[in-house]
Amino acid sequence: MILLVDLCYEKNSLSHYEFVHPIASHLNSSGFVCRITHFTDVTRDALDLYDKIILCGTALKDNYYAERLELFSWMKDCDKPVFGICAGMQIISAVFGGKIVPQPSIGLERIKIIRDSPLFGEPREIEGYHLHNFGVTLPEDFLLLAGNRGVVEAFWHGVRPIFGIIFHPEVRNRWILARFANL
Amino acid sequence: MLFSGGKDSVFACHRAMEKNEVACLITLVSENEDSYMFHTPNVRCTDLQAKAMGLPLLSWPTCGEKEEELQDLEAAIVEARERYCIQGVVTGAIESVYQAARVQKICRSLDLWCFNPLWQIDQMEYLRLLLSEGFRVIISGVFACPFDSSWLGAELTNDRIEELATLQKKYQINPSGEGGELETFVLDGPLFKKRIEILKASKSYDSYRGRFDIKEMRLVEK
Repeated sequence: MILLVDLCYEKNSLSHYEFVHPIASHLNSSGFVCRITHFTDVTRDALDLYDKIILCGTALKDNYYAERLELFSWMKDCDKPVFGICAGMQIISAVFGGKIVPQPSIGLERIKIIRDSPLFGEPREIEGYHLHNFGVTLPEDFLLLAGNRGVVEAFWHGVRPIFGIIFHPEVRNRWILARFANL
Repeated sequence: MLFSGGKDSVFACHRAMEKNEVACLITLVSENEDSYMFHTPNVRCTDLQAKAMGLPLLSWPTCGEKEEELQDLEAAIVEARERYCIQGVVTGAIESVYQAARVQKICRSLDLWCFNPLWQIDQMEYLRLLLSEGFRVIISGVFACPFDSSWLGAELTNDRIEELATLQKKYQINPSGEGGELETFVLDGPLFKKRIEILKASKSYDSYRGRFDIKEMRLVEK
């Protein structure tokens, strides 16, 4: 079972239809079982129930999650595959010593995948949907998968199956969700 | 709430009212029938829908030309903020990155929240949800092959939804019509205090393009 962590400003918010439901719907229709939990309700014990964890995105103005980073300390010693989307990537970066930095971008952009990985496969260019006010710096020991050091589009822990992407895979790149779910 | 009177904006408004307070509806009345951003058939009828829902309507003119209409949209949102102190904007966008990104950019420039509660929804599931939640929707325009004139004014029913599923497989149409294949008008729904009854309408149709123009309608107690 996959845990979808809702990072929106409150439980069952109007935003969760936009940032959590499309991911749940796609994974369900691909045969994966998911459960949605708001980030304020995630506990270390509850994580035992799940095989994989996805941290979903938030609305452009919604940065409440960044004020509650202490709630994500479980990630430091979590041995399960974790996938952070946009806000989720920002949290992974901050938890592992990187920084959340102002870097606004809205709309479709060319994404240059520069490294082979279980998440993307071979290097190539794709088009991805950006919707963020903040980007990240690459945490130490993380591998850059897409973009460049100035604009990190995707990263991988390298040793552990922890991935982050700043663009939204639920828009035109649902194959990325399926690849993560099949890891 | 950006409001065209079609099923997507009405359903998005329903979702918004379940979670937050909707301060007003904003309708952009486009002079261009082929507007990139704004649904046009029967858009002048949104005032009766607003009355049926008990919400104020801000009706704003736009020339409907590609980039100027975005400036008109921004002006309408600014006006709504002044009149109703809105903190955010809700849209009925489903798939269109073109529409969604532009509204997101306007909201960012005005420091407003932006909500798209139908974003990336499974379209067949959504059409069935409309019926199960009690919405009454008619087809107010068709703009693509293979839609014939029988669709004009027809109510969205389970049979029509199954037909759309078949057409999606055969012609790759977008079943909810977000690609501009068809337009809709909502007569009733759970957020309507009164329902709309159409008294007089006319159809025009030629070569897979047609409109169902509502000439007279009234509110009826539910």
